[in-house]
Amino acid sequence: MTALLEQLVQLAVNGLITGSILALTGVGASLVFGIQRVANFAHGDYLTIGAYVALIVNIGFHQNLIVAALCGMLATALFAVVAHFGLFRPLRARGTIAVSLITVGLGLVIRDSIFLVAGSQVRAYAVSQSDVIQIGFVRLSPGQTVAIAVALVVAPATTLFLARTRLGKSMRAVADNRDLAAVAGIDVERVAVYVWILAGGLAGLGGVMLALGQGAFDPNLGVAPLFLIFTTVVLGGIGSAFGALAAGLALGLAMEMSTWSGLFGGVDSRYKPVLAFLVLILLLLYRPQGLFGRARVL
Amino acid sequence: MAIFNAPFWTFVGVIAGIYTILSLGLFLQYAMAGLPNFGHVAFMALAAYTMAFLVIRFGAPMPVAILAGLTAAVLFSLLLGLPSLRLRADYLAIVTVAGGEVVRYLALNLQDITGGAIGSIGMLGPSRLAQYNTGWDAMLAGFSRVLRPLFGALASRDFAMLLIVWAIALVLLGLCWVMVRSPWGRVLRSIREDENAAAAVGKNVFGYKLQVLVLGAILGGAAGLLLAYEIGVFSPDDYQPTFTFYAYLILILGGMTRLWAIPLGAILFGLLYAGTRFLDFYPLSLIDSGARAFLRLWAVGLLLIVLMAIRPQGLLGNRRELLLGR
Repeated sequence: MTALLEQLVQLAVNGLITGSILALTGVGASLVFGIQRVANFAHGDYLTIGAYVALIVNIGFHQNLIVAALCGMLATALFAVVAHFGLFRPLRARGTIAVSLITVGLGLVIRDSIFLVAGSQVRAYAVSQSDVIQIGFVRLSPGQTVAIAVALVVAPATTLFLARTRLGKSMRAVADNRDLAAVAGIDVERVAVYVWILAGGLAGLGGVMLALGQGAFDPNLGVAPLFLIFTTVVLGGIGSAFGALAAGLALGLAMEMSTWSGLFGGVDSRYKPVLAFLVLILLLLYRPQGLFGRARVL
Repeated sequence: MAIFNAPFWTFVGVIAGIYTILSLGLFLQYAMAGLPNFGHVAFMALAAYTMAFLVIRFGAPMPVAILAGLTAAVLFSLLLGLPSLRLRADYLAIVTVAGGEVVRYLALNLQDITGGAIGSIGMLGPSRLAQYNTGWDAMLAGFSRVLRPLFGALASRDFAMLLIVWAIALVLLGLCWVMVRSPWGRVLRSIREDENAAAAVGKNVFGYKLQVLVLGAILGGAAGLLLAYEIGVFSPDDYQPTFTFYAYLILILGGMTRLWAIPLGAILFGLLYAGTRFLDFYPLSLIDSGARAFLRLWAVGLLLIVLMAIRPQGLLGNRRELLLGR
C-alpha cells in the first residue's frame, strides 16, 4: 500500500513539472492565439531557442542556471518581437490559414538553424545528471528540483501579473475580444507587442524547464510538446489566460497520474500522448470553447 | 555520382509522381476548400502500416491489403474531421498536427505490431526479416517483361514503376480536374472564400468539408502506399511532420490554385531536393552530408515563408483568385 502511495506522490510531482511547463507555455500561446487569431506552429521551436541560448550561457560562459534561464527568456522574447514585426503584423491581412502555414515555415527555419549551428548531438546543462535529491519519499534529479522551484515562483507571479496589473488586464481583454478592447480605448497594437514579449519569455523559460526535466535534449526539444501546448490552449479556451494556466496543470497531472498502478493497473506510460490526443478529440466534440470558455460561435 | 545516371533520375521521377498524388490531396483540401491539413503524413503512414501489417502477418493478397490501407486512412480522417470541421479552420490544423504526431508515436512504440524504430522489417520480431512488397515486385517484373519489346533495355523494374506511378497520377489529376470544375468544386471554393455565404444558400458546409477531407486522405494514403512499394521498407522516421510541408511547398511552387501546375511543382521540388546532392563543389563541399540534410529542411522552411509572404498564389498561380478582397 505504501508503495502505491509513494508512486502516486512521485507521479504528482512529475505531473507538477510537466503541468507547469504546459501552463506557462500555454498562457503565452493562448494570449497570442487570442490576439493574432492565428495558431503559431513555431511556438514549440520558441522553447528550443530558450533552451539553447541558456545552454550557451550555462556551458559556454560558465554562468549559473538562473542567469542562463534569464538570458534564454530574454533572447526568446526578443525573437518573438522581431517575428511579430517582421512576419505576423505585416501579413495579418492574409488570413488565418495562410499565416499558419507561414508559422510552420518559421518553425522549420528556427529548428534547422539550431541544428546547423549547434549540431544534432544530445546536450545537457551543467547540472549533475546522476545525483538524486530525496525529499520524503519523492526522488528528484537536481534539474527537476530547479524546474519545480521555478514553477512555484513564476506561475503565481504570472497569475498575479495578469489578474492585478493594468497591462495584464489589457492583455486579457485584447485576447478575449480585440475589437471591443480597441473600442474601450486600449492601444491594441502596443499591447500585442507586450503579449509577444510575455509569450516569448515564458516559452523560453518553458524550454529551459523542459530541458532540465528531461536531463538531455536536442534541437527537436520543443516540437514534441507542441501539440500538448495546443491541447492546453484549447482545453483552457482560446484566448483565456487563466484557463490555459489551469488546463496546463490539469493536463500535466492527468497525463502523469494516469500511469499510477492503483488506477486499475495504470495506463502504459507510452500512451500518455495518446491520452492527450483523446482529450483533444473529445473536447472538440463536446466542449470546443474549452473548460473555462464561454459558449460562442467558433 | 555522375549527373547522367539513368536509375537515379528514374527514381527522382517516381518520387515526383508520388509527391504529385500527395500534393493533390492537399490541393483539394487546402487550395480548394481552405482546410489546413498539417498532418497529411499521418494518412501515408497509416495506409502503409496497415497494408504491410496485413501482408506480413496474415498473408493478405495485395488488393485486399491496399484497400484496407486506404480504409484506415479514411477512418482516421473521419476521427480528425468529425470533431473539428464544425469549428473554425484552425482547429483542424491543431487536430491534424496532433494526429500526425500520435500516429508516428504509436508506430514507434507499438513494437509488436509495427516493428518499432527499425520499421517494417521488424514486424516479425528481431529474428526474421519481414517483407510486404513481393506481390508488387512480381507485378512490376511482369509489367517490365511486357514493356521489353517496346522499350528494349530501358524497360527495367524502376521504369515500369515510373510508368505505373505517373499513369495513376495523371488519372487522378484528370478526375480532380473534372471534380474541381463541377458544381461540387464551386461549392468548395465558395466555402474557402466565405463559409457563411455558402451555408446561407443552403449548402451543407460540414458535409462538403468532410467529403473533401476524406478524398484528400485517400490520395494521401495512395501516395503512402506507392512510396512504401517504391522504397521497400519504412520506419516511423520516414513520417516526420515535415513531410507534409514538402507537399505544401510543391503546391506553392506549382501555383496554389492551378491543378495542372502540381506535377510541375513536384518535378521542380524533386529536382531541387535530389539535385542538391550534386552541389558538392567548393565551398559547398565543406558542409558535411549530415548538415546538408538540415540545410535542405531549412531551405524548405524559408521558401514556405518567402513564397507565402510575397507570392501566396504560387509561382504560376492566379493571384486574383487567392487574394479576393485582401
